[in-house]
Amino acid sequence: MSLDSKVPQGPIKDKWTDYKNHIDLVNPANKRNIDVIVVGTGLAGGSAAATLAELGYNVKAFCFQDSPRRAHSIAAQGGINAAKNYQGDGDSTYRLFYDTVKGGDYRSREANVYRLAEVSANIIDQCVAQGVPFAREYGGLLDNRSFGGVLVSRTFYAAGQTGQQLLLGAYSAMNRQIGRGKIKMYNRHEMLDVVKVDGKARGIITRNLITGEIERHSAHAVVLGTGGYGNVFFLSTNAMGSNVTAAWKAHKRGAYFANPCYTQIHPTCIPVSGDHQSKLTLMSESLRNDGRIWVPKHMKDVEAIKSGTLKPRELAEEDRDYYLERRYPAFGNLVPRDVASRAAKERCDAGFGVNSTGEAVFLDFASAIQRYGKETAHVKGLDENDAVLVKKLGQEVIKNKYGNLFQMYEKIVDQDPYNTPMMIYPAVHYTMGGVWVDYNLMTTVPGLYCIGEANFSDHGANRLGASALMQGLADGYFVLPYTIGDYLSNDIRTGAISTDTKEFEAAEKEVREKLEFFVTNKGSHSVDYFHKKLGKIMWNKVGMSRNVKGLTEAIAEIKALRDQFWKEVKVPGTNEEFNEELAKAGRVADFLELGELFAKDALNREESCGGHFREDSVELDGEQKGEALRNDKDFAYVSAWEYKGEPSDAVLHKEELEFKDIELKQRSYK
Amino acid sequence: MNLTLKIWRQKNASDKGKMVDYKVTDISPDMSFLEMLDVLNEQLINNDEEPVAFDHDCREGICGMCSLYINGEAHGPDRGVTTCQLHMRMFKDGDTITIEPFRATAFPVVKDLVVDRGAFDRIQHAGGFISVNTSGNTIDANAIPVNKHDADDAFSAATCIGCGACVASCKNSSAMLFVGAKVSQFALLPQGKIEATDRVLNMVKQMDEEGFGNCTNTGACEVECPKGISLENIARMNREYLSASLKG
Repeated sequence: MSLDSKVPQGPIKDKWTDYKNHIDLVNPANKRNIDVIVVGTGLAGGSAAATLAELGYNVKAFCFQDSPRRAHSIAAQGGINAAKNYQGDGDSTYRLFYDTVKGGDYRSREANVYRLAEVSANIIDQCVAQGVPFAREYGGLLDNRSFGGVLVSRTFYAAGQTGQQLLLGAYSAMNRQIGRGKIKMYNRHEMLDVVKVDGKARGIITRNLITGEIERHSAHAVVLGTGGYGNVFFLSTNAMGSNVTAAWKAHKRGAYFANPCYTQIHPTCIPVSGDHQSKLTLMSESLRNDGRIWVPKHMKDVEAIKSGTLKPRELAEEDRDYYLERRYPAFGNLVPRDVASRAAKERCDAGFGVNSTGEAVFLDFASAIQRYGKETAHVKGLDENDAVLVKKLGQEVIKNKYGNLFQMYEKIVDQDPYNTPMMIYPAVHYTMGGVWVDYNLMTTVPGLYCIGEANFSDHGANRLGASALMQGLADGYFVLPYTIGDYLSNDIRTGAISTDTKEFEAAEKEVREKLEFFVTNKGSHSVDYFHKKLGKIMWNKVGMSRNVKGLTEAIAEIKALRDQFWKEVKVPGTNEEFNEELAKAGRVADFLELGELFAKDALNREESCGGHFREDSVELDGEQKGEALRNDKDFAYVSAWEYKGEPSDAVLHKEELEFKDIELKQRSYK
Repeated sequence: MNLTLKIWRQKNASDKGKMVDYKVTDISPDMSFLEMLDVLNEQLINNDEEPVAFDHDCREGICGMCSLYINGEAHGPDRGVTTCQLHMRMFKDGDTITIEPFRATAFPVVKDLVVDRGAFDRIQHAGGFISVNTSGNTIDANAIPVNKHDADDAFSAATCIGCGACVASCKNSSAMLFVGAKVSQFALLPQGKIEATDRVLNMVKQMDEEGFGNCTNTGACEVECPKGISLENIARMNREYLSASLKG
């Protein structure tokens, strides 16, 4: 099957408006006869479920958590972008579009990104109307801050808990519809398969995580808003339950999986402290507005800091290497995430890492505390030369801006970041790859839609900060509700879909057999044993830095690990009860397949792009010497993989990316 | 560290349940409390025993999924943290630690340490929202300025993560802090004022129907709240409720 992106014709600024003017609509009286399933209740799924219900469709929403309010969007910290230009600093729809395409290293679809930028301003209006308490200035207007990869202040925020507040906004919109009976909510339910009838997605198979009951649910269309698959690395900033299962089952039923190897490695996370660790914690990128990143210039100081004989604060300014400011004077500490991550790895690989494992750099607030302290003292007419006072005033400002993040850091690391620099290191965060969708957000399976992080379309090879929340809500509130109507307009005479058909029966049988296998297999290793092994292979060979040899080995090792998993996995308990190990087993089984496709995709992409550094693709001379080298001639495409059984048999389809409104050029943040 | 754990085991909602002792060894002070339980579970699985079921997800203190009543306190001995942020450095080698589920009539046990906090959702369905269409055709976000102090207070109330520690800590299993936080968030913002009367009446009615007890101003909820939600929110809810009752 060839890929048709269905991007509308015409100038980019008119595409979405023209499209909306010409699609088919469903009469309100007919919407009552149409059912839509939404899987996942984060920013994308939650906002979609609420909006579809409000439009009049019957929505069934599913989440594996005990409440939709717990979806992992809740953990997003820094903010949400919108081209409001409230600050008058030159922002516009075009500039947000441009920054996003450039930040994504020219591997996203232009038309989708433009639409995202176009609806971004509406998102803020919507959320404020819903009672989302964004940060305000003293005049009562909304406050903004800046994020990596851009030169304007367009990020709206609610302290370091923007994701939580936006998710609670979507959750409250859902609650209103649940209260009205327009959404039927299924908590603690996991989707385990998509059911196709006559080639169209017509339902799902779920497992009730409390009772183990396998259920059939039908609908006229199915929407996946199930988030990312960063947990394929075992250690990531994702919630423990975040998984690829829904997307992977969709893939197995015919949905192409796009750019699986695109994973964002976030530069500012708390470093790994030991083998016991179950997950990594993100420190918001917004900290880079005020924190300066450095390592010592000299190896002797690195050793002294590691051994504790030298406190980081005591190292003289001239002996510090503020490597981002040195290498990228224009953007400094606010370079995009991929650039910041690679630069940290480069310094640590060269031996300058500052913690016991050698995998940490400093994020230092001393000069910001000093600057803010002096400013506050000046405003209040106090003594600017009183060092103690200035420090105290400065710390108060920092506390107002980032207090919860500092507290989180202190609880985990047991150090006070107001008085000693934070230690940070890159960690797996967000997956830009995902289920392939066209302009309508429909997958290659008719009637199956995919939104938010679970799809691939908007972020290219690297996601700029504060754009994940934007995409989730744009898809759910403002894009899908239109595009899905165009499809459903053909279903007004279909009537209710029966779950009593051979297609549902077959899908249910397959699901049951797999669950049965897990609880009866007499293996010798826990699910986590395999998950951790997979994670190590992925991080060491398919992580931030890749080469042909490592990737080839990874593919073979993952395949072997998968074989071992199916022979030796051990799952206690039964299917007919609350059984977290059983739920995990299914998720890790899917990660073991995805992991191989991920490595295969990385091997295919012979270019450095976004956070994905191919060691054989690097600038050799000139101003960009040592920076990642992209190859537009051969790789300006989306790789979309078609399932054919084993991951090694997956067939590559290419969606050639066209850049008509932005010129493809080497990214420079110098 | 080597520790003795006394853990509540209960097969399902209808099982009677009992405390069971376990030993764990080689626990590092850098581990989180949940990572310590991971170690126990790995050990149980290897010994062909059933692992202990407990709720957790984000493990960075924001999703509100983790619970646990540890040594008689919701989320354990540390202040201002959820169980996932509680670290083993808070304990000593040789300690005995008692671990129970959050107890409240309105939070029935699902299994072991997992409870059903669906009552919280149902209270939100009764009014935890502003009735605005999700069409995007709303007025410009800056058209209604909001006093910074009100916005900050609304934000502080909105930081509630719905973990239920307030209910678990309260001798009456009252949900007033949880409900008060949501009522306050909207009562403080101009956007939420229009339907404030119905909101507070409906939410309080649902809260009572769910079987939560009354508030007697003991303040245990505020002490144990991982997000520092203040008792002021209960006062504000009472004020809103009183004025709504007079109007209604």
